[in-house]
Amino acid sequence: MNTDLVPIFWPFSIFIIMLSVIGLYCMLVSYNLIRILIGLELILKALTLLIIAVGYITHHTALTQALVVTFIVIEVVFMTVAIGIVLGIRRLNNSLDVRKIRTLKG
Amino acid sequence: MKITVDIIILVIMIISALWAVMTRSLLRSAIALAFTSAIVSILFFRLNALLAAVFELSVCAGLITVLFISTISLTHPLTWKEIIRHMRERLRRFVWLPFIIVALGTALSLVKIKLNLHLPEPDPQGDMRIVLWNLRGIDIIGQMVILLCGVFGVVILLKETNTK
Repeated sequence: MNTDLVPIFWPFSIFIIMLSVIGLYCMLVSYNLIRILIGLELILKALTLLIIAVGYITHHTALTQALVVTFIVIEVVFMTVAIGIVLGIRRLNNSLDVRKIRTLKG
Repeated sequence: MKITVDIIILVIMIISALWAVMTRSLLRSAIALAFTSAIVSILFFRLNALLAAVFELSVCAGLITVLFISTISLTHPLTWKEIIRHMRERLRRFVWLPFIIVALGTALSLVKIKLNLHLPEPDPQGDMRIVLWNLRGIDIIGQMVILLCGVFGVVILLKETNTK
């Protein structure tokens, strides 16, 4: 069992929590759909960093890298679909403001 | 020494993320997000995750930024009156964020947590390519389906509106 790298995990965890809070705050207080996606992207970055940091302290970098590569592919696809939906919403409502979206017509 | 450099890079990452969230212009916000991705990929390099770092740099800092910037270019910019009203409103909503982040970071750094982690046995000989291609099963098909969804997403993104 290797515990020599555990002390460096806490500083990383603090910054990962801070990055997640920034993304969450952005998602909660923004009304612009693109900015909400940017907040979500920051949370996803914090998650990938957490996975890689855990892989580093457990010496399982191969497994975590494979996981992160798959995660990044899914993230890109998710973002593409989300941006497509955002553009569709803009075409219907002529606005990206969530307060002005009043219709579910697709 | 290593952890000091890591902490400096992490602080730059947090400042860049704050810039991405707080700046008025969406274009600058997308560029700041790309900068944050680039810094995260530097951290991946430092944590011995070289292939993940290359992926993060090329895909997240490159492709997603292109997607965001092309989307922003497809939307119409605000008028000058809207910009002034929007700036005041944004300032009121985001003014507390840096204070919250600094307070949270200070509070968490003062907490002394003793991590009694039961770590698994190290696997220094592991190769990412073997894990990625040989140790996976049916989830490869799932990933292919997800990629197909991405293709449809691009089709929606570039779809022309019907003009009468």
